[in-house]
Amino acid sequence: MSTFLTEEPTLVNDAAVSTRLSSLDTLESEAIHIIREVVAEFEKPALLFSGGKDSVVMLHLATKAFWPGKVPFPVLHVDTGHNFPEVIDFRDRTVERLGLKLVVGSVQEFIDRGELAERADGTRNPLQTVPLLDAIQSNKFDAVFGGGRRDEDKARAKERILSLRDEFGQWDPRNQRPELWNLYNGRHTVGQHVRAFPISNWTELDVWRYIERENIELPGLYYAHDREVFARDGMWRAVGEVSQPRPDEKVITKTVRYRTVGDMSCTGAVESAAATVRDVVIEVAASTITERGATRADDRISEAAMEDRKKDGYF
Amino acid sequence: MSTEIDTARAAALLDEAPLASASLFRFATAGSVDDGKSTLVGRLLHDSKAILADQLDAVARTSADRGFGGSAGGIDLALLTDGLRAEREQGITIDVAYRYFATDRRSFILADCPGHVQYTKNTVTGASTADAVVVLIDARKGVLEQTRRHLSVLQLLRVAHVIVAVNKIDLVDFSESVFREIEADVQKVGRELGLGADGITDLLVVPVSALDGDNVVERSERTPWYSGPALLEVLETLPAADELESHLESFRFPVQLVVRPQGALAPDAIAGGLDAEAYRDYRAYAGQITEGSVKVGDKVSVLTPGQDPRTTTVTGIDFAGAELAEAAAPQSVALRLADEFDVARGDTIAAAGTVRESSADLYAALCWLSPKPLREGAKVLVKHGTRTVQALVRSVSGKLDLATFKLEGASSLELNDIGHAQLRLAAPLPLENYLHHRRTGAFLVIDPLDGNTLAAGLVKDHPGDHEDERYSI
Repeated sequence: MSTFLTEEPTLVNDAAVSTRLSSLDTLESEAIHIIREVVAEFEKPALLFSGGKDSVVMLHLATKAFWPGKVPFPVLHVDTGHNFPEVIDFRDRTVERLGLKLVVGSVQEFIDRGELAERADGTRNPLQTVPLLDAIQSNKFDAVFGGGRRDEDKARAKERILSLRDEFGQWDPRNQRPELWNLYNGRHTVGQHVRAFPISNWTELDVWRYIERENIELPGLYYAHDREVFARDGMWRAVGEVSQPRPDEKVITKTVRYRTVGDMSCTGAVESAAATVRDVVIEVAASTITERGATRADDRISEAAMEDRKKDGYF
Repeated sequence: MSTEIDTARAAALLDEAPLASASLFRFATAGSVDDGKSTLVGRLLHDSKAILADQLDAVARTSADRGFGGSAGGIDLALLTDGLRAEREQGITIDVAYRYFATDRRSFILADCPGHVQYTKNTVTGASTADAVVVLIDARKGVLEQTRRHLSVLQLLRVAHVIVAVNKIDLVDFSESVFREIEADVQKVGRELGLGADGITDLLVVPVSALDGDNVVERSERTPWYSGPALLEVLETLPAADELESHLESFRFPVQLVVRPQGALAPDAIAGGLDAEAYRDYRAYAGQITEGSVKVGDKVSVLTPGQDPRTTTVTGIDFAGAELAEAAAPQSVALRLADEFDVARGDTIAAAGTVRESSADLYAALCWLSPKPLREGAKVLVKHGTRTVQALVRSVSGKLDLATFKLEGASSLELNDIGHAQLRLAAPLPLENYLHHRRTGAFLVIDPLDGNTLAAGLVKDHPGDHEDERYSI
C-alpha cells in the first residue's frame, strides 16, 4: 500500500487483517487506559453505579485495570426511590463482594425536604440531577465515571470521553475540548468536575458480547422472566408499589426482560424469551429498535430530551 | 412492545467466526459545505443496517414534514446524522459526532467531522485517531481550496489511508471523463503534498452517489468504467494503522501508574478473593502499549526525564490475573521488571537502545485549535504521553498556507492555523519525530490558566539533527 495510486483501488488480501486484536479487546484496552488515566490525574474519582449493565461492565473493567489491587474509588448511586428491589439487592451484594465504599444520593430525601417536586407524570429519572450534583459537591468528587455510550443518543454521540462540567454540572456542547490521539486532558479549575465515559465507543451489542465473554453477573431482570405488567405509552410497565395501573389498564402476566434498568416508573420491559446471556446477545444483534426507544419513557418526551437533561447536569 | 427480530441480520452478525475475530477500524469523514457528506454517512449507516426502526421512523416523519421526495423511500438520509437541537435551530453542525456500525468483517467507529465551522479543528480531532479518512468532493465542483486544505491536514497528521469520494456522480450523468479529470486533479494535489509518495499515506479515489447508493455499499452498474471496489469494501479491507506499524521494533510504553497493592500506604488494598500473602511484593507498571510489541525476556530501557536510560529485562506481562507471553499495541497491560528501579508515572519503557536522548528543546508543527492566539513568549503546558510539563514558546517560525502548501512568515498563530514553533520545556521529554511515531511524536498544548486544549502538536526533528525533507510541511 505504499505506492502512490494512479490506478483504481484494489482490495487488500485478508491475511493481513487476521493478526489484529478483536474489536472487543481493543475497546477493553481503550477503556482500561482511560480509567487508569483518570485515577492517575484526579484527586477523588467516583463511579456512578446503578446496577445497570453498563455500570456493571464499568466496574468489571475497573477491577481489571487495577488487578491485583482493589478498585481505588467509591461507587455512587443516585437512588430515585423507585428502584427495582432486585437491582438494589444486586448493588449491595456487588459492593460487599468487592469491598467498595458506596455513596448514595437520595431523590426521596430531596423531595421530603421540599427541595425537589414530584413531576406530574410520576417519573423520577429527570429528578436525579440535583441529588447527583449535591453528592459530587459534598463529597468533593472531581471526576465521575459513567457508563454512557455514544450509540445511545445523539447528544451522547457528541460528548467527549472526558467531559468538563461547570459549577452547575452543565455540559456545553459548543465549547468542548478537542480530543486528540489517546491524550486526555482532564484539567479543571475549582468547582468544575469531569465526567468520564470510558465505554463511549461501545455499542449495546459490544456490552452484551463482553458480558458473555467475561461471564459477568447482572441483575436477573435483564433475562426473561414472568412478570405482572400493564401497557402504557407503547411499553410494558411492571406492577409495583410506585407503578400502579390506572383503572383502564389491564394487568396481565407476560414473559419479559429489561433492556435498560432505571426508575421503575419510567422503564419498560420488552416481551422476550431470552433467558440466557447467549439468547440476549442474539436478540440484541437482531433487534430492530434501539434500547432507549424501546424502554425509556423519559427519552420519548421530546427528540432533544437527553440533550436538555445533559445541559442541566444529568449523567 | 416485543423485541422485533430481523433473523437474517442475526444470522449474518452472529455467524461465530467473523464476529469473534472482527477487528475495529476507525475512520473519519471530511468535506466542504453541501458536498453531501451527511447523506453519505446516512447512506453507509442505512445500507449497513446500523439504523434501527425507531430511528428510521423518526427520520421518515421529519422527512415527510419537510416535504422530502428523493430516493431511499422518501427518507432524507442526511437527517440520520442530524444532531443536537442547538444545531438544527441554526442549521449547522457544531462538533465531531461519533457513529457506530458493523459488518461481518469489521466494527467501525466513524468520526463525522463537520466541514464549514472550524474545519481544521474538527478534521485534526477526527483524523488523530483515524485509520482512514474519507474526503468528499462534489463531482460538479471538483477539487476546491477546501479539498486542498483537508488533504494538507491529513498529510500532516500522517493518516494511513486517504479515500477521496467523488460524490454526486449521478448529477454529472455518471460521466467517466468528469471523474477522470477530478481524479487527476486529486493526484496532482497528492503529489504536491507528498501523499502516497512518502510510503506512509495512500490515496484512493472512488466515484459515488450517496443519494442513490452507487458504489457506497454495493458496486454500481451505472459506472461500468470504474472497476474498483465500493467505498465500504475499501473500508472493510484496508489494513488499520497499527497493523501497518506492527513490523516496527520500537516498543513504547508510557507508564500510567505503579500497581503495588501491598504498599505501606494501602495495607488493605488487595482485591477481594486474592491471597494477600502471594501479592505482598507485587510491583508492576500499568499502561497501554502505544507502539510495537514486547515479550517476556525482552531487554527494555526505562526513560526518566533528566536521568540516563536504565536497562532491565521484562519478567512478566500481566493482564488482570492472566500472564501473557507477549503483548502489542494497543493493549493495556502491566509490566514486571527484573530490577527494582524507581519507576513512576510519566516515565516511558521502551525497547532497549531504540530511543534517542530526551530533550528540553521542542521543535514542532502546531495545529492551533483555540480562539486564544499563540504569541511568542507565552507560557503553556505540554502533555506528552503520561507526563505534563511547563513550556515556554520561544518562537513561532511561520504558518502554513494550506492552499498553496507554502510556509509564510508569522509570529503568532490563530484558530485553525497550522504553523511551526520552538518551545523550551521545563523538563526534558523523550520526544520522537511524529513522522515515525504517531503516539510518542504527538502532544497537547494546554492553557495553564483554564486548562483548555490550545493545540495539537507534532514533534519535528531538530533543525540540522537528521533532516527529513518529507516533513517540511
